Amino acid sequence: MKILVLLKQTPDTESKIQISADGAKIETAALKYIINPYDEFAIEEALKIKEKAGSGEVVIASFAGDSAKELIVKGLAMGCDRGLLIGSEGLEGADSLTVAKVLAAAVKAESSDLVLVGKQAIDDDNMHVGIMVAELLKWPHVNVVTKLALNGKTATVEREVEGGQVEVYEVQLPAVFGAQKALNTPRYASLPGIMKAKKKPLDSKKPGDFGLDAAALKAGVKTVIRGFLPPPEKPAGKVFKGEDVAVMVDKVVKLLREEAKVI
Amino acid sequence: MKVLVFIEQRAGKSKSSALEALTVGARLAGGPADLAAVVIGKGVEGIAAQLKGYGADTVYVVDHAAFEHYNPVSYADAIEAAVKAHGAKVVVGLAAPMTRDVFPRLAARLDGGILTDVTAIEAAGANLHGVKPMYAGKVLAKVETQNAPVSFVSVRPNIFKAENKGTGNAAVSKLELTPAADSRIKTLEVRKGANERPDLTEAPLIVSGGRAMGSADNFKILGELADVLHATVGASRAAVDSGYASHDMQVGQTGKTVNPNLYIACGISGSIQHMAGMRTSKVIVAVNTDPEAPIFKVATYGIVADLFQAAPIFTTKFKALLEK
Repeated sequence: MKILVLLKQTPDTESKIQISADGAKIETAALKYIINPYDEFAIEEALKIKEKAGSGEVVIASFAGDSAKELIVKGLAMGCDRGLLIGSEGLEGADSLTVAKVLAAAVKAESSDLVLVGKQAIDDDNMHVGIMVAELLKWPHVNVVTKLALNGKTATVEREVEGGQVEVYEVQLPAVFGAQKALNTPRYASLPGIMKAKKKPLDSKKPGDFGLDAAALKAGVKTVIRGFLPPPEKPAGKVFKGEDVAVMVDKVVKLLREEAKVI
Repeated sequence: MKVLVFIEQRAGKSKSSALEALTVGARLAGGPADLAAVVIGKGVEGIAAQLKGYGADTVYVVDHAAFEHYNPVSYADAIEAAVKAHGAKVVVGLAAPMTRDVFPRLAARLDGGILTDVTAIEAAGANLHGVKPMYAGKVLAKVETQNAPVSFVSVRPNIFKAENKGTGNAAVSKLELTPAADSRIKTLEVRKGANERPDLTEAPLIVSGGRAMGSADNFKILGELADVLHATVGASRAAVDSGYASHDMQVGQTGKTVNPNLYIACGISGSIQHMAGMRTSKVIVAVNTDPEAPIFKVATYGIVADLFQAAPIFTTKFKALLEK
């Protein structure tokens, strides 16, 4: 089984997000990048599948700038076999569909049997790329996966939806699955893993290597981010302390009814 | 502009916020003749009547046993059929599980634009201009579609108001679709959740507990408070990781993003990850023993106190107030 894991680099959760003076972009110079947390669940699941099968290959791919290289190496240190960095030069900030077109072409070139990805990226929270890759390949997909069991070319997959409901699917591979947190617990890279990762192959490619024309991709972008705004400031709240608890609760209940009018 | 609105339903019941999406659709469309809705499922024709007055002249209905359960491929086929039947340039849905799963597929299939989980949306000629929170709500992004043959937009629940203006007669137009026989994805079953309350992502009122809850059993105190308010119970990651609450209750970065009218945080200190999931709540009440807890910075009203003392008093006071 050839498994391709799609990785996105996202700013660390703790990062301060600074809008540029002209409001057009986010200042990236000081940002620290991490593997999108949901993608770590995808990596773990791929490694578990390979270990259970006792054979196969796990390739970790990203369409990104050079800064993603060390994150791919981190995936290799966790146990992935091979890395693939598809340079996004000239297509930085392209919309999710453009990214999906590039990654779908890579999946084809790799003849993968299964694509695993995080259910969404924590920067834009869009939940687009994995699903779009599936559609472009005419493959089925299940996103927000909390349980995955493979039986040959058939997978039984559980998807979490609202109210704790669970949809259970039977899916014929090849397919794309988007990992939710509950799927597994990602491993830490071991020291030998980290040493080995340095020697594992990490190929650098361009969209052109998959027969795609970067200029045509750019011209085909349908969704753009035109700029950024700070979130609206909330007026300072009223905090009560040092009084009898019943008195403070009473005050807040009154405010909820009379001032905020939510009760 | 021709606009189509996808009405999510489960077990014959449409989502409570579906009318918000329809109202947004009505504003973008400009007139009832340009607005249509699509309902997909089994035994769902009756839903059309509930849409009357919300601005759509036509409700496309795909009603067939094969569509009883959601399936991303067959539902994409059904929505695509409605897009073609109506000649839609814009398709609106709710930022809820089905729409968020099927719209990216359709955008890829039709090479369209897609704006997800927007909190504002306007038509600008043939394009859409929207606003959506990014980077855990630390910034708002101005997002736009361009040169798109068709654009998909999902609106965040509980932001836009549903309004019945008495226009649009919501006449049923049946779409006959034969589902593909060789589908490579089948829904085996849909297991019910333990939770009878509205899902966190749509809940108008939420009572949430953090690490200070101390045990799963102690969450009963919040359950009693939630019962009085008909609220949904949530939890912080710390509470979930400690085993006090189940993962589907988690609010925050690796949990759910919520946007209720009232969010009551009990014993939650307010990590960046938690705040990412609830900072857009309209009113936030925080109860915490630590006056320095970051949650007080976003709280509309705060009480520095032990939640085990405060929560039962809240329950009693709300009960008295609401029974009046």
